[in-house]
Amino acid sequence: MPVATIRGLRDEPAGYPDDYWTQAAGLGWTALLVSDEHGGGSLSGAPLTDLSLIAYEIGLRAAPGPFVPVNVVAETLSAEGSGSQLELLDQLIHGTATAAWAYQEPAPHDALGSIETTIRIEGDSLVIDGVKRPVENAAHATYLLVTGRAGSGLAQVLVPAGAEGMTIEELTSADLTRRFASVRFDGVRVPLDAAVGDLGTADERVTRQLQVALAMHAAETVGAIHRAFELTLGWTADRYSFGRPIGSYQEIKHRMADQVTWREAAHAITDAAIVALDAGAPDATELIHAASAFLGEYGGELLQDCVQIHGGIGVTFEHDLHLFLRRVTVNRATYGTPSEHYRKLGSLATSAGSAA
Amino acid sequence: MSVESVADFRARAREFIRDNLKPINPDSQFGTLRNDRTEQEELAFVARDREVQRMLFDAKLAGVCFPKEYGGLGLTPAHQAALNEELFGFEYPQRIQAPTIAPCASVLLDFGTEEQKQRHIPAILRGEEIWMQLLSEPSSGSDVASALTSAVREGDDWILNGSKIWTTGAWWSDWGLCLARTNWDVPKHRGLTVFMFPLKQEGVAVHRIEMLNGSKEFCQEFLTDVRVPDTDRVGEVDGGWTVGTRWMYHERMLFSSPLVTTPKGNLNGAAGSGALVAVARELGRDADPIAHELVGRARTLELTKQHLSSRIAESMASGRLNDQAAAIGRLFNGYTGQRIFTLEFDLAGAHGAAWGDNDGASRVAGEDFLMRQAASIGGGTLEMARNVISERVLGMPREKSIDKDVPFRDVPRGATSQR
Repeated sequence: MPVATIRGLRDEPAGYPDDYWTQAAGLGWTALLVSDEHGGGSLSGAPLTDLSLIAYEIGLRAAPGPFVPVNVVAETLSAEGSGSQLELLDQLIHGTATAAWAYQEPAPHDALGSIETTIRIEGDSLVIDGVKRPVENAAHATYLLVTGRAGSGLAQVLVPAGAEGMTIEELTSADLTRRFASVRFDGVRVPLDAAVGDLGTADERVTRQLQVALAMHAAETVGAIHRAFELTLGWTADRYSFGRPIGSYQEIKHRMADQVTWREAAHAITDAAIVALDAGAPDATELIHAASAFLGEYGGELLQDCVQIHGGIGVTFEHDLHLFLRRVTVNRATYGTPSEHYRKLGSLATSAGSAA
Repeated sequence: MSVESVADFRARAREFIRDNLKPINPDSQFGTLRNDRTEQEELAFVARDREVQRMLFDAKLAGVCFPKEYGGLGLTPAHQAALNEELFGFEYPQRIQAPTIAPCASVLLDFGTEEQKQRHIPAILRGEEIWMQLLSEPSSGSDVASALTSAVREGDDWILNGSKIWTTGAWWSDWGLCLARTNWDVPKHRGLTVFMFPLKQEGVAVHRIEMLNGSKEFCQEFLTDVRVPDTDRVGEVDGGWTVGTRWMYHERMLFSSPLVTTPKGNLNGAAGSGALVAVARELGRDADPIAHELVGRARTLELTKQHLSSRIAESMASGRLNDQAAAIGRLFNGYTGQRIFTLEFDLAGAHGAAWGDNDGASRVAGEDFLMRQAASIGGGTLEMARNVISERVLGMPREKSIDKDVPFRDVPRGATSQR
């Protein structure tokens, strides 16, 4: 999808035209984390690596679509879903349905991993109470996968769009085409078989979902960084000041040297994290938080430096740069902030048996 | 004849290392930046490095990628990588790797005569010769091609005069590779020649420079009528810049060079998050979220640096980036060093500003911070790295130079370098 078209999608309710997502699904964007028996599969045996190549391309173009929530939910349904949940999985794979993952909660319960929403059994129903925010694609999803607390552990349930007691308030997003909402659950009742996996034992699964979401955001941010860098390097050659290209000034050259260094570093730590996740390596947790922290902090600064080097045109709607700035900005703040990722890493390092 | 497989080589290396080398804390080999040992201790380290190098040589584990005819094993970078992995957590002959193997022995391999290579490379691989690079001068750091050290032909010899600086450990080293000016009437890059000579001789005065933290490992040499036979010239007369360009490439490669033996994961004197973890524990802040954030920042940079280094090496090998991209790694290493030492100092707080004899990890935080910029200066400043990246990796316009097409004699020099 050309970048010029994306600029026109800001008033599109879902953030993309009607047939876009079914076409994306037709290209395999939704099937890579799904097992062979459920109609998915990855030929390379490294599904996150494969999926991250798509995420990278999405980032390069600031492309729309509920890529992260659909893939997160599809993988979980493929691993733990049963009965009618597998019908939803089939629809997700074909792009005829989309999903949302209701995970994060509003302040003051917005710390990474903080879950106050409850899921309890009442007769033959599961009852959900709590608020989730921001939830990507919530207002447009066929089903929401809700993560809540059930006793001492976590639980996940599928809630259909329009469920009684569920209120969706759409939010204005810093991204042009990515849609978020705040979702309130006031005693929302779903049947017992809406649970995905056993109640109270979903902690590991939720961690996996978080890591997949972070990995895809990271790969997407790397793509956005590459494009923003390319635009900026081109601009330093095309733009003349005082009779010479601005790229001939050492100040600008040194800034571009820093930028390409951060770009390569961002790409390196992201690839390392995704390879480690695919391999189930012991350092995968450390690497994915390091990648998210690095991309959040340095990716954000890099994009802002691209704006600065562009000058006034860099902060106009007409220029493409903001599409990438928006994507990096939203990815920086969802599923944990750089500070939270740093603290997670510091906690892992100081509690390890020996100095890291 | 069949080549030893990487797996067999690894197994052999592992067995040798576990049976013969001492396990050490990989962060403890801090290079020259910390003032943490006496002269006697340093000399003992040098002696042990020579001994370990010899043990590796006798075990056929030294000079992995050096050609067999010069005492090497003629194996591949994959073999070297296996050895490097097996060495993690063990002592290794650090002082013989840089600058002896890279850049000095690497330059000899590229430009030395057959006789020069036969004479020196096996001796280096046996731990008998430790080399220094005599490159920087008091008047020229980044601009090494403006060297003022002169070499004048006298019969079959050359007579060298001048001064070289920033040689690490020259006071215990054996040989020097030296860039000198042999022609003052041509532009600066065309009047240079490279020589080698023993450091322990009359005419070579080695002065140890005291750094701001008390370390005295950096040296300055004063050369007074040092006589070097023409057979110890490396490369062509006035062809020193051809040698020098490769020389600086090998210098940038340093611990990333496939010729160098270095435990994979070792910091080699660079800043690391391990120091912060030690400070956090010592000060009882290991459960403090603010401490966690500082440690996590250091850890993020450290991990990113490691993976960037691999990515750059792979990209240069595949041709995605040209070999000037080594400067990207250099820039990031310098930047992360600055950040990590600052984080370490912030974590130590007032314990880094004033310390007692019984303090442990926190006592070095202040001095590490004071010496913070050293790693962004030595081995090529970050500013030069940024020039290389922007001009030679990104293809941005070159800086204008006014000294390119004039005789070196006529190039303006600052007040500190008139002669």
